[in-house]
Amino acid sequence: MSEPVLELIGLRKAYGALVVTDGVDLCVPHGELHALIGPNGAGKTTLMNQISGNASPSAGEIRLLGETVTHLSVAARARRGMARSFQISSVLPEFTVLENVALSVQARSGSSYRFWSAASREARLNDRAMGALAEVGLQDRAYAPAGQISHGEKRALEIAMALVLEPKILLLDEPMAGTGHEESERITALLRRLKGRYAIVLVEHDMQAVFALADRVSVLVYGKVIASGPPTSIRENAEVRAAYLGDEEFA
Amino acid sequence: MSGEAGALPLAAPAVPRPRAWLVGVVIFCALALAPLAVPFVGGNYLLLIGSRFMILAIAALSLDLLIGYGGLVSFGHAAFIGIGAYATGILAVHGFTEFYIAIPVAMLAGALFALVTGAVAIRTRGVYFIMITLAFAQMAFYVMGSLSAYGGDDGLTLPSRSLVFGSAALKSETVFFYAVLATLIIVTLALRRLVASRFGRVLQGLRQNRQRMEAMGYSAQGFQLTAYVIAGAIGALAGFLLANSTEFVSPAFMTWQRSGDLIIMVIIGGGGTLYGALVGALAFLSLEEGLSHVTDHWKLIFGPLLVLFVIAAPGGIARWLGWRAHE
Repeated sequence: MSEPVLELIGLRKAYGALVVTDGVDLCVPHGELHALIGPNGAGKTTLMNQISGNASPSAGEIRLLGETVTHLSVAARARRGMARSFQISSVLPEFTVLENVALSVQARSGSSYRFWSAASREARLNDRAMGALAEVGLQDRAYAPAGQISHGEKRALEIAMALVLEPKILLLDEPMAGTGHEESERITALLRRLKGRYAIVLVEHDMQAVFALADRVSVLVYGKVIASGPPTSIRENAEVRAAYLGDEEFA
Repeated sequence: MSGEAGALPLAAPAVPRPRAWLVGVVIFCALALAPLAVPFVGGNYLLLIGSRFMILAIAALSLDLLIGYGGLVSFGHAAFIGIGAYATGILAVHGFTEFYIAIPVAMLAGALFALVTGAVAIRTRGVYFIMITLAFAQMAFYVMGSLSAYGGDDGLTLPSRSLVFGSAALKSETVFFYAVLATLIIVTLALRRLVASRFGRVLQGLRQNRQRMEAMGYSAQGFQLTAYVIAGAIGALAGFLLANSTEFVSPAFMTWQRSGDLIIMVIIGGGGTLYGALVGALAFLSLEEGLSHVTDHWKLIFGPLLVLFVIAAPGGIARWLGWRAHE
């Protein structure tokens, strides 16, 4: 049996008396799309930040491909195969869309301590970047400054930047947040295409998308996983329904 | 689709930006022709002033690498000038006057100081980075002031200008002027390459969005420290030239006021364009020179002028002329 790509063991984080991650165990095998859902303030983003290294847990362990990465920096984890998108779009605003992705390609393509030849003329970087832009449907926007594209386009750009990192696991924090109906359908379609190629942890509020995409769903409430399983069993879980009481998506 | 991609223009096509380098060419040509005016205005004084302008422009260019491209507001850049100048002066006192010894030693000294102080400073950000670079520069200032063997506060007079393979050609103000101009052009072109390279892109990316860059796997500190060391070495190169220009070295080379002047040059020129720093340095120094002939209290005029300028052209001269920054 192949080892899991991502494993969380007894992960815990507390700010003083406030426990925001409370003994979370999670195991994501290769090719699985694992959705993390939960009401606002359940600690989903905090958990994502601990996985990516943007926040450090108080206790517990994080393993990436069997290797403990609990105390590694964000950059070190990224180099070991973690790629993420942020809840609030995070791009390099002054660079063009193409330059954003090319810089991401560069991170996996030889040394960046090269001081002389122009990066913009490296066909290897640009071709790869263009390919990824085509995959997410952004090739027409390649030369627009990334700070000036629409919100939905930024979300797609972030995914393109993550893809060229050749990740072992994708951490997507609300990739559909703030996007219009059409854009969110486009991203859903994109995720469906990516599914199976990578292990994916998806935090998302759009329940329709979650139940359409996820292989497994974990429900986080007050920092605790109260249920974990295939979408159908989560939909019928009484505890989950109670946590989401009043939410028409579950009604 | 990706097959087609290779055929597409690789640089952003729609952005007009030849004006930036055109201004560079104009400036370099104007400087190259300036000595022709010597018989009519100023005599050798014009050459001395011109050399000094260009030397400080070299320092401002290296500071632009940190401020404009790296987002690292170093408030201690004059220390590198001082270290390069002292390295040159101390070597000369001990009989090492060849430029091919003085330049590498000066630049290595600047790089080493940058490496040691930068390794600490780069761990901080924003105002703390400003303060810690200032603190290190002040340390260097006081250390040089207490070096009684090399003149202490009074400074150190060089026995001569650096030799070029045994020849004293740099004694001629005209030759020295052109040597400085050649250095300025080389530094400008080298920095142009640097900022467009892979390394330059990473450095600019870190300024724009450090969190995103780290999520891609780039460790900020290594890149920023490397930029700091490069800028320090170039600052020390300016110091080597300044020591030769005045044939004198003193702690006054590395006062915090000079560090502040360099920041102002970069800001009024417009950070992140290189040519902006060049224009900024020349504008700043011309204004200073011009006003100081009018009145002893020239700072009373200079200060408000700077304020007005920053209000009128917040992106500096470069932005005002419509150059695209961070290219």
